Amino acid sequence: MRALVTFVYLFLYAPIALVVLFSFNAGRSASEFTGFSTMWYGKALGNTFLITALQNSLMIAFTSAVLASVFGTMAALGMQRLSSRGRAIFDGLFAAAIVVPGVVIGIATLVALVEVFSFLNPTLAAIWPGDKPPQLGLGYGSIIAAHGLFSLALVTMIVKARIASLGRDIVEASSDLYATPFTTFRQIVLPQILPSVLAGFLLAFTFSFDDFIVAFFVAGSKTTLPIYVFASIRRGVTPEINAIATMVLVASLFMILIARVLMRDKTIKAGE
Amino acid sequence: MRPDRKRQLITAALVAPAGLWLFVFLVLPFMAMVVFSFGERAPEGGYQAAFTFAQFANLPSRAAAFWNTLMIAPVGAFLCLIVAYPVAYYLAIKSNPKYRLVLVSLVVVPFWTSLLVRTYAWMYILGSRGIPNLLGMIGIEDVRLLNTPGAVLLGIVYGYLPLMIMPIYVSLEKLDRRLLEASADLGAKPVSTFFGITLPLSLPGVMTGVALVTILLLGEYLIPQLLGGGKVFFIGNALVDLFLQSRNWPFGSAIAVTLVVVVVIVLSVAMRIAWKVSGSRQVDLV
Repeated sequence: MRALVTFVYLFLYAPIALVVLFSFNAGRSASEFTGFSTMWYGKALGNTFLITALQNSLMIAFTSAVLASVFGTMAALGMQRLSSRGRAIFDGLFAAAIVVPGVVIGIATLVALVEVFSFLNPTLAAIWPGDKPPQLGLGYGSIIAAHGLFSLALVTMIVKARIASLGRDIVEASSDLYATPFTTFRQIVLPQILPSVLAGFLLAFTFSFDDFIVAFFVAGSKTTLPIYVFASIRRGVTPEINAIATMVLVASLFMILIARVLMRDKTIKAGE
Repeated sequence: MRPDRKRQLITAALVAPAGLWLFVFLVLPFMAMVVFSFGERAPEGGYQAAFTFAQFANLPSRAAAFWNTLMIAPVGAFLCLIVAYPVAYYLAIKSNPKYRLVLVSLVVVPFWTSLLVRTYAWMYILGSRGIPNLLGMIGIEDVRLLNTPGAVLLGIVYGYLPLMIMPIYVSLEKLDRRLLEASADLGAKPVSTFFGITLPLSLPGVMTGVALVTILLLGEYLIPQLLGGGKVFFIGNALVDLFLQSRNWPFGSAIAVTLVVVVVIVLSVAMRIAWKVSGSRQVDLV
């Protein structure tokens, strides 16, 4: 049994290790290690298309994760005050946001936004006082909106689980001691849910940063890092992609490890 | 202002942004997609208003994508299960509690790293400069591994293994150890303890894992694209083709709507079975 489990861990990590190893290869080969070199990292970091894609991805991941963390936490707090019917509606919509495949989310957002833009742009042009009316189109906004949808559901679920595990008694004790509801929230509830909010933020950031398929549909002319990597892979496997992949891996590894430390010893399933 | 009125206002303010987001970017787009699926393709591509069932009638022309997806997704999920169960069992029951957290983390972490990168790793290994090249050195020439159904299945097992291990691990970890001791004390062999107690009690986790992996696989694009190379294509690949290449949006919408229907059917069947085996309606989905 131990041997089998060891083998599975090898299976999980050996391919990743191989990608990392060959990112340091001096030659172009994927099977022959001809010498240690960091030249592919230099090449990747000197690539302006790549840097632009990376900046886009960081900005989109940060914005969608911040919005999802704020709105998701608010929703998790508000949902426990809703009637059971209202709560069921929200639960259903959040479950749909998680279960509906990314490819469908991408398509639905694409068709809806294109329809909205084809109506809004002429209207805007008609009422715009200047010569150059703004042209609305797919881009940062649409990616943030579509990523935010999944992230919102993710954060809400994580924070809700944390709230459910909080004892009602300390909240009651606080109000028995004449704390106003807001004071109770700020001094009792918020400090206790904050780690799960942060964990939710990091997972949301990681999701957005790594997502390819949703962004592929709604990115318009913009490029995110996964879209760039996907396009490069189609042109052929090179050690430069290995170098980019290694940097992406290290970044997500860092995020997920912090998220797990924040969620440690909590009764939450999402990050497990 | 009356206190209960104020309370209602605060509640509304708390859930309003999320509710708005869900409505504008989930409910409305989904409705738009349904409307599109009854429309016609505009001559220049895109959508033209109409009311026709032609798109749905045309679904059989993409039967291969549906067939591949509906065959490979459950097989992939099943292979995942076979590999995942022993690992989950070891982690929950046999492993040293001191190292358990680290070992579990090591399973979880890959799931949250880029699927694109992890799939790329296998492209690298199975590609002509990887294993086939090594085999060539020992005299076995012309082995093709990439762009086969086997490569896609391997990618699926690799990509979704963590997601299968976790729910099974959680259900095994909750299992009351005294039941196992009682069974042994009453003279049951380890094998009969496993099939009589451990396995049945872990079925909710197994069901959750199989349902989760199957549902995610139904919408998979990257793995068949990169490891199947256009020869093994899923519904997701057909959708990308229809929306981004041939720009037949109404037909693509009809396929997407059908995909959602399939997902809902799989999910409700899975939840019904999970409810039967666990006696409760609660299923942890993520």
